[in-house]
Amino acid sequence: MTAVPVTAAQRRTSVRRVGLLGALSLALLAAVVVAAGRGQLDVAPAEVVGSLLHRLGLDLGPMPSHPQGDVTLWTVRFPRVVMAAVAGTALATAGALMQGIFGNPLAEPGVVGVSAGAALAASTVIVFDLALVGTWTVALFAFVGGLVTTILVYLLSRDGGRTEVVTLVLTGIAVNAVASAGLAFLLFLGDQQAREEIVFWQLGSLNGSRWEQVGVAAPFMVVGLVAAMAMSRRLDLLALGDRAARHVGVDVERLRMGAIVVVALLTAAAVAFCGIIAFVGLVVPHLVRLLAGPGHRLLVPASALGGALLLVVADLGARTLVAYADLPIGMLTSLVGGPFFFWLIRRARRTSGAWA
Amino acid sequence: MSATRLRAEGVSVRLGGSTVLDGVDLDVRGGELVALVGPNGAGKSTLLAALAGDLDLDAGTVRLGEREVRSMRSLDLARRRAVLPQQGRLAFGFLVREVVAMGRAPWARTGHEDDDERLVDEALQRADVVHLTGRSYPTLSGGERARTDLARVLAQDTAVVLLDEPTAALDIRHQEAVLSVARDLARAGRAVVVVLHDLSLAAAYADRICVLARGAVRADGAPHEVLTAELLGEVYQHPVRVVDVDGALVVVPVRKEASCDALLS
Repeated sequence: MTAVPVTAAQRRTSVRRVGLLGALSLALLAAVVVAAGRGQLDVAPAEVVGSLLHRLGLDLGPMPSHPQGDVTLWTVRFPRVVMAAVAGTALATAGALMQGIFGNPLAEPGVVGVSAGAALAASTVIVFDLALVGTWTVALFAFVGGLVTTILVYLLSRDGGRTEVVTLVLTGIAVNAVASAGLAFLLFLGDQQAREEIVFWQLGSLNGSRWEQVGVAAPFMVVGLVAAMAMSRRLDLLALGDRAARHVGVDVERLRMGAIVVVALLTAAAVAFCGIIAFVGLVVPHLVRLLAGPGHRLLVPASALGGALLLVVADLGARTLVAYADLPIGMLTSLVGGPFFFWLIRRARRTSGAWA
Repeated sequence: MSATRLRAEGVSVRLGGSTVLDGVDLDVRGGELVALVGPNGAGKSTLLAALAGDLDLDAGTVRLGEREVRSMRSLDLARRRAVLPQQGRLAFGFLVREVVAMGRAPWARTGHEDDDERLVDEALQRADVVHLTGRSYPTLSGGERARTDLARVLAQDTAVVLLDEPTAALDIRHQEAVLSVARDLARAGRAVVVVLHDLSLAAAYADRICVLARGAVRADGAPHEVLTAELLGEVYQHPVRVVDVDGALVVVPVRKEASCDALLS
């Protein structure tokens, strides 16, 4: 019977699913423990785990031996590491989602200018010292800025029901240019302190992350991730193209508008407090696709975990690569992501002429 | 399923200022295979899209049973009619089996979900793509893609099946195989509409042939009624001969050499 190898293949797929998500979770956990321990004041991984368990009410494992160790962990390291994980999850999920709705593997919040739009709106809050709803103001503005930009990019780059690579990339250049001009104008308007903060948006950094900020960014990320998971099966169908997706029962317009809102939400979660960290949403979903195929039911959660892992590790690098220096993490991701993006474009041109 | 009825009445569609369909009537019942034929630009694919509920009509209605297709939710429509697009495209490298399983999407979270495995396996076999199940769709040839899309349509398991040029990219064996599958669907009580270019194929497999010309129905009836040299010659603006080969109608264009021979003899 011909069906036999098929079921075997399916079993392989579910094994792969559990294996990939499990491996990524373990790697993320390990990365969090190591990253939280490393810094000017080193705490051994065992002590990091011990400190965590004690906070959870379990009297297990060694506490940090350094007198300031526990305080440092909970006021400086953990907020920063958790923020890195939140931002990474948000950006990678947003990337996977954008690629799904554009039907184009090169769509990513940073590349197409959504991050820049969110950052522009967020810096308006800083320059004009707006504080309508406290810490939430920045995130809210970032969300609105991201939403407007996503809709704009979508309308500008869509032609005849599909998005060509060239159109998308050029639209990204245009949108990024306008957003940069806006940022430059705000730089010009702002005072010394505002200027420093805006430069921070442009570079992207996790330096100085506080629990208060995590408390704002995390709900954005969680809502976005849950919504993205709920859309994942329909996103698969969108790969058939708008018309065929409709033929198998997808309300394409509704799905697309929903996904755009979620992309803006996720981008805002990352940009509001970390600035522009580009290419995470490009690199992570792409690597997941290579390992596990394009199905969104695995792609979305695996990208979420992978994005968290990537940013936790990248932030560890940003803090420790150069002694006594806290490198901007956005610089690091772009350094790696730029060549990767180029390679993707070359490959896209080769494998499918219609893209170029 | 024999109660199924897809009915277009007075359908007119204008695209970009020109009238593509002009007052078209077409009635397809369960158990029938109807072939839409006609020259390029006659409006075959547009009529199929109108039947599928893809288009806003400028006049007329398309009804599936009692309900107008444009007023139905895409999910309800997807449970009652499946559409094979003219050329398959896929944004990502899904495997053939995954693409075929997409046809089961309208039945997710319904009682029919239990049939998913069986129907996907059956569809893979009927479309002769079992050997491709592990291949990635973008790596397939045009004909293999067309058959994979057909399998997806079969897996959708709907009462109405609309096929837009299913044989365009296929070799002779698969042309015959695909139309046999379409005929079996009709025999099983489904309403099947197929856009075809090959008139001999239409003659061999269709219960009815609808000839479109310049956006209007020029003829609609059984193959031997419709496929006459006079009508086809006029519609296609090229002389043809209709030959009976062992009971099957074969349509051949009259070629220059042939007509010279005829003059000489």
